[in-house]
Amino acid sequence: MATKAESRLTTLKVVSYALVIIWLIIAAFPFLWTVWGSFKVQGDFFSKADWTNAIYGILTTRETGGAFTLNGYYGAWIQEEFWRNVFNTLVIVFFTVCISLTFGTLGGYALARSGFRYAFWVLMAALAFRAMPHITLVSGYMLPFFEWNIWGLKATTVIVLVAINQPFTLWMLHSFFLNIPKDMDESAMVDGCTRFQAFWNVIVPVMWPGVITTGLFSFLLAYNDYAVTSMLLSKPNETMVPAVASFLGSVQVQGNIMFAVAAVVSATAPLFVLILFFQRQIVSGLTAGAVKG
Amino acid sequence: MKHRTFFWFILPTLSAMILFIALPIVSVFIQSLFVQHEQVLVVSESCGPFGCVEETQVDTEATAKLREEQPLGQFNGLATYFDRSHLASAEIAEVWRTSTGLSSFIDGIMDLKFYKALVFTLTYTFVVTPLVLVFGLAVAVGVNNLPKAFRGVAIFISLLPFLVATIVGSMILSWMVDGEGIIGATLQNIFNDPSLSIKASTPLMWIMLMVYGVWHTLPFAFITFYAGLQTVPQDTLEAARVDGANKWQTMISVVVPHLMPLVSFVTLMLLMDNFRVFEPLVSFQAEAHAQSLSTFIVSDLREAGNPLYASASATSMLTILGVVILLTPVLIRTWRDFTAKAH
Repeated sequence: MATKAESRLTTLKVVSYALVIIWLIIAAFPFLWTVWGSFKVQGDFFSKADWTNAIYGILTTRETGGAFTLNGYYGAWIQEEFWRNVFNTLVIVFFTVCISLTFGTLGGYALARSGFRYAFWVLMAALAFRAMPHITLVSGYMLPFFEWNIWGLKATTVIVLVAINQPFTLWMLHSFFLNIPKDMDESAMVDGCTRFQAFWNVIVPVMWPGVITTGLFSFLLAYNDYAVTSMLLSKPNETMVPAVASFLGSVQVQGNIMFAVAAVVSATAPLFVLILFFQRQIVSGLTAGAVKG
Repeated sequence: MKHRTFFWFILPTLSAMILFIALPIVSVFIQSLFVQHEQVLVVSESCGPFGCVEETQVDTEATAKLREEQPLGQFNGLATYFDRSHLASAEIAEVWRTSTGLSSFIDGIMDLKFYKALVFTLTYTFVVTPLVLVFGLAVAVGVNNLPKAFRGVAIFISLLPFLVATIVGSMILSWMVDGEGIIGATLQNIFNDPSLSIKASTPLMWIMLMVYGVWHTLPFAFITFYAGLQTVPQDTLEAARVDGANKWQTMISVVVPHLMPLVSFVTLMLLMDNFRVFEPLVSFQAEAHAQSLSTFIVSDLREAGNPLYASASATSMLTILGVVILLTPVLIRTWRDFTAKAH
């Protein structure tokens, strides 16, 4: 029940509402604008003369006959073969997430259950590794990868992304396993299970909430990565994000910037859906390390 | 847990990290000590009717062979670190001698590629981080005041700029602030200056990149602080109210101290991520106006046909050194906390 004093509109409240509304507009407007504009022609998307053109699609109607057009999407997906990049992304992201989670669960479990001092040092090393700028690691890979002839392959990128992902995955799963009571696996071991059996039969069935949350972040990292994928993948193996970036150079020259806009929207759409369904997990994951530690 | 079991459980993740994070850093260090072989030159004397002329030619075959045999190049020690495009010790000394005042000294330093990138990276890090902390807290408090029904929507919208790929998010903004885009064109109308364009002005480009940085990372600070706000003890709030503290005083003396551990966590994350700023500079096509340490490395690696591994590696090592310096205070604190807990 709100008391009278709480429901009254104070100046402070008005200011805080205004601030939130302004922030939400700043956060959402660029996306709405771009999604809407991706169905227009370039003249409307970049409508210097009259910005309402972009909303009503005056030039789009003049050029294509309708207020909405799929030309940008056709150009990106078919003409520029963006579907190949989508396929590459699916493959790379799928394997990265699976391998990251397997490695991370084993390691995170061990770190959460080991009371020895070296567990702390592994975690500290992981934190230091997490701080390494990815691009400096990439400059370490280039020469050896060229020498061994494994540059440009999807598998190479998957394993690199897994490794870069490990520090974060390890920290997150470590803090999730700390929350699972020790008694559970220890009583299983008293009953004669080995450590691995206890892990497999007792811990694995209850760890899924934590694994799903961690998996979401592994997914986001692999899906959004640019530094690694743009430097380590050959042209035919490129994922969506570096492909979008290279569109920027190539299609801008040909005046087909709407291809890039359509590709950007295509790459962003799955994330909308992801946030819609997994908002709670994402929020809990973002704060897991912070609030508890 | 027994040592042996621990070892087997940790083995996959540890080997992945050692092979692909620790060893590459070693590899970067080694690469930074070498430079590519110079081309093998052969001097031949060709004698014609007008006397003999000495000719110097590049022996392509021998050069290729040498490069094949020793891909690292020849040992160069730390020379790469101090050359013109990195720490530039000789050039700095020269600037120091010739400069007439502080401003000319700074101008001289800003002509050097590495320092230019370093200055941008540091400016970006130390402008974006505090702004994100302050605004993130403000938005978190604001959302916390909202009626429950609207909070979910507010969080959903707020997550978008953070979770969308950096390169994609910055591209979207770069189209909007383009001279022909909605924000760019509107600004041109407001200031009545049709030549106004972020692509043409260094200060505007820097401001835009930092605005982007705040837009992109604010949600992270916001979500963390928002979660922290849920755990503020109600008793203390009540007590403060009874003692006659107004909202603002409660905020400063109860809520903010309660959030302090979160502030140091968010600061740590923001420093790490802002220091490696890279993608926005690609999307905004900012290379003419701003270079960060990361784009500096990439431009060396992309050097057509002949990547400058040594130069890229030297910059990488210097970047890592920067990260270490930046994080030392935080790591020392964590270490103290840990030892305090152990006793």
